[in-house]
Amino acid sequence: MQYNNLAQLELPTVMGHQYEEMPDDLFIPPNALEICLETFSGPLDLLLYLIKKENINILDLDVSKITDQYLEYIELMDNLKFDLAADYLVMAATLAEIKSRLMLPVESFDEEEDDPRSALIKRLQEYQRFKNVSEKVALLPRIDRDFFAASAKLPTLDDQDNKIMITKEEIYSQINEVINRPNYKANHQIDFEELSTKERIQMILDILSRTNLISFSKTLVKPEGRKGVVVTLLASLELAKDGYVELIQNKSEELFIKSSRRA
Amino acid sequence: MLSLFKIRVKNYSLNLQGEHELDINLINSIEALLFGAGRPIRLSEMKNILENNGIEANLSEIKKSLFSLEERYSNTAIEIQDVASGYRIQIKQEHSPCLSSLWDDKKPRISKALMETISIIAYKQPVTRGDIEDIRGVTVSTRSIRFLLERNWVKVSGYRDVPGRPALYVTTKDFLDDLNLKNISELPDLPEINETAENDIFSQAV
Repeated sequence: MQYNNLAQLELPTVMGHQYEEMPDDLFIPPNALEICLETFSGPLDLLLYLIKKENINILDLDVSKITDQYLEYIELMDNLKFDLAADYLVMAATLAEIKSRLMLPVESFDEEEDDPRSALIKRLQEYQRFKNVSEKVALLPRIDRDFFAASAKLPTLDDQDNKIMITKEEIYSQINEVINRPNYKANHQIDFEELSTKERIQMILDILSRTNLISFSKTLVKPEGRKGVVVTLLASLELAKDGYVELIQNKSEELFIKSSRRA
Repeated sequence: MLSLFKIRVKNYSLNLQGEHELDINLINSIEALLFGAGRPIRLSEMKNILENNGIEANLSEIKKSLFSLEERYSNTAIEIQDVASGYRIQIKQEHSPCLSSLWDDKKPRISKALMETISIIAYKQPVTRGDIEDIRGVTVSTRSIRFLLERNWVKVSGYRDVPGRPALYVTTKDFLDDLNLKNISELPDLPEINETAENDIFSQAV
């Protein structure tokens, strides 16, 4: 079985010339980075990519540099409005922690347990194994892509899913609703409100032209109910605002409307 | 004038040359089953169906018939493959490009993330979702697991006896069938973690 060995990187060739190093004048359109970033399957994948770019041994991981680059990438992804999995941010925090630990003075790094990087390196190595093997598995011949079965069998039609189970009661209630629907469409009119603030203002002024002072409750018309109270209050406030009346409360908290000089 | 003696011993006919010939009827019946099944079919299943239809054959005879069929197919576009769920007639891979043109690509492309997930399950089964997340460093989406379950590449084999009782996932025979494999051991070898720099993939990088 032949398939490309992904471990071997091919040298990029432009117009017959092979490039071993990145040319200084290479133009990378901004969208190129988008496509690149979309292909990472997670923060470990991104980290491995950054390490590979630096061309260093994973065991000699320079956490400080990698952390800076990682954070740059995270920020870039954020700016490009990528939906960053929270796991990327967790990794950023992990890297930052390791970086800060490394800045503390230590006697020696001989034991693996003392190396703050060791846990991360182990994770990277473990992930790398599976990343590797999954690339190989992806290339294995797969049915309906690389090979096809031969069959004389008629395909089954998947219409079973569309059957909806319905009960007698549901049918009755649906019919009921349809029959009653015309009732909901009865016309209704919108009437003008019976009480108007303007009218009430006029009424109060009329009263006050005959007497200087009147208690609020006496201006109310009982049949009007709550609406009447509201309208009267609004009218009183309007008049008070414009200075036509004064609103006074006595000791027993009874409200009075008193005409003021402007009236 | 010589006449051909044919002694019928079960499904064998012995002609003058002394060769055992499998009954053509048996071979063709098996061919019919392979085509009609539309999926891999086991020797035992074939035996049952044949018996129910008045054709007596033991497993060895059925297997020999399959070899005979394979010979018959050697100059054709089809072949018989022995996969996890049984035997399957399929079209030789060299013709796949033409077939791809025939149909729209119905099966969705499997993403890198999904490949990593299924690989971890295949190599470390049984695993929980948490185990997969530990290795990949990302949350495994419900969508991914559901996709693999719907495709019948993985199934739940039980639950781990820890708080939360998370489901344990294993790969199925269908998974192997779809990769043209008979056994999980036929998957590529999982590389070992290397301590030395020589084997490290990164030391070979440009």
